[in-house]
Order: sequence, then C-alpha cells, then structure tokens
Amino acid sequence: MLKSVFIIFLFQLIGESIQKYFELTIPGPVIGLILLLISLILTKSTKNIFIRKTKEEITTTSNFIISYLSLLFVPIGVGVVMHLSYLENNYIEVLGVIFFSTILTIGFTALLMEAINNQFKKHVRKK
Amino acid sequence: MLEKNKLYTIWVYLQAEPLFWLTLTIGAFLVGDYLYKKSKLNPLVNPVAISILLVASILIATGISYERYFNGAKFIHFMLGPATVALAIPIYKQIHLIKKETTSIFISLIAGSLFAIFSTYSFAKLMKLDIEIIYSMMPRSVTAPIAMGISELIGGVPSLTAIITIITGIVGASFGTFALDILRVKDMTARGFAFGLASHGIGTARAMSRNETAGIFAALALGLSGVATSIIIPLLFKLINF
Repeated sequence: MLKSVFIIFLFQLIGESIQKYFELTIPGPVIGLILLLISLILTKSTKNIFIRKTKEEITTTSNFIISYLSLLFVPIGVGVVMHLSYLENNYIEVLGVIFFSTILTIGFTALLMEAINNQFKKHVRKK
Repeated sequence: MLEKNKLYTIWVYLQAEPLFWLTLTIGAFLVGDYLYKKSKLNPLVNPVAISILLVASILIATGISYERYFNGAKFIHFMLGPATVALAIPIYKQIHLIKKETTSIFISLIAGSLFAIFSTYSFAKLMKLDIEIIYSMMPRSVTAPIAMGISELIGGVPSLTAIITIITGIVGASFGTFALDILRVKDMTARGFAFGLASHGIGTARAMSRNETAGIFAALALGLSGVATSIIIPLLFKLINF
C-alpha cells in the first residue's frame, strides 16, 4: 500500500516539477498521468517479480482512489456555493449557457464518435 | 448554563481543527452516495451536488467562513492530484481498446473540444455577457486546475472559471445521460468519451459508476481534452481576435 502511494505521489511530483520548469499550461498531475502510463507500457512484459508485484499494488490503490473520485470535488464545490455572488446579476445567462452548451457538446461528441466507430466496423466487415 | 458553555468551548476547539471538517465532508458524501444508490443511480440525484449542498448549508447556518472550512478539508482536495495520476491505471488496462479506436478518439477529441469552446463562446455572446465572463467560461469543460490556468492566460477570472467548471461537471453528470438516451447512443466508448470531454472529473465519476468501459473512455477523454484544450485555446487567441 505504502509503496504504491509513494509511486503515485512521486509521479505527481515529477509532473509538477516538469510543469514548473517548462512553464507548461498542462497541469502537473496530467503530466504525471502520462509518465506513469508510459512507464506501465514500457514494463508491460517484464519478468521482474518486484516490478510486477509493485504494478499489482498500484492497481489496487488506484482503483480505491478512483472509486471515490466524486468525493474529492466536494471541498472545491462547497466554495462554488459560497462564492456564487461572483456571478453577480448574470446567474440565469451563465447557467443557461453552461446547460445548453454542455448538453450539446455531450450529444455532438457521442454521436460523432459512434458514427466513426460504426463506419469503421462496416469497413472491416467488407474486407 | 454551564453545560451550554462547555459545549460551546468544545465547538470552538473542534471547528479550528481539520478533523471536524474532514469528518463532515466524508459524512455528507456518504449521505449523498447512499441517496444516489438508493435512487438506482438516477443521474439527477448527483452525490457531489448533494454533499456540496449539505456542507454549504451547515457553513451558512453556523456562520463559518469557507476559508476556514477549506483549511480543514484541504486534505481531501489534495487527493485530486494523486487521483489524476492514478487514472493512468484504467487507461493502461484498456489500451487494446484505445489502440483499436485511435482514429475516432483523435477526431472526436479535436471536434468535441472545438465544439465545446465555440458553443460556449457563441451562446455567451448571444446572452450579451461581459467579455471577461466569456473568457472565464471558454475553458469550462476541462478539469478545474487546467481550466483556471487557461482562463488566467487569456484574461479571464480564474476563481469565476472554477465556479463555472464545477457547475459544468454537475450539469453534465446530471443531464448527459438523458441527452444520450434521447439520441439513442448505444456505443459505451462514445458515451463515456463524451462525458469525460464535456464534463471532466465529475462526468467521469458518473460514467465510472455506471459502466466500466464508459468510465475508462471518460477518464481518457478527461486527460486528453485537458491537454488538447490547453493547446487549442491559446492557439485560437493567436489566430482569431475574439
């Protein structure tokens, strides 16, 4: 457990350092995610027992953290409710834009991706 | 009277310590999660929204400032970073699925991100919102830390962006399912990807609670759209005069 927590923190730390050093707009944790993913792929067929055991441990810890992903948004979300006055007199307009744009984006993206996937499947079948 | 005084002393002590706020946050979340499961995962019974409202009403009722609460609850907030790194695991586990759909992932990512940015801009213009608010809204579909960074870069207000981003997540998680059911999208990879792309971590959490494949593609879109949007928006500002 502790080993996997150490590795996850370490990758975030490396990510944050890279972000600061190169002044990137991509946040440190996302860089950490990419680096961890690359490391996992590189060690895919390793026979080293230590690395394989560690990977199993990271999987268990990650699954635990991700299963409570929603909880992690509560502290910042409370700030949203407490600071709603920042929206001043634009509540309805801002909420309206968020509502319609979000729903349309979800619909557009899902339809597009499904259409491409279906097209691809048809293509494969013809072959 | 003495008893009441003693209780007050305990309260003064407790509210200055993280333990109380951590317990409250987890407790409120358990209530939200219980109701969500009890409702058979009804998207309108969003566990994040319920726990936020519970904690906020307690703060308002007791007159405790948000800064004091956050100071206590920041350990939970801190875990957002490690949780993002941890998303590498589900993506790795499904890498074969991702390899198979590389083309559709790439096209949907670029088209979806552009759609999110331009629809936000056009609707906001239509509503005659101030330009500062419009800039603060443009990166709203990606995860809060990225969105705030972009907002600062293009002349928005980062704290306003944080508010708008969280609301976006809750709206997507609560109403996205209905939209996709009406449109009859059955492809779980497409459903999940759209959730992660349009409503970041909160949408991803919703997708994960419903279907594993959808959850993984949501996590993938969350990471990819964060990267794509932080490249697209600054680039758009160089190319077009908004």
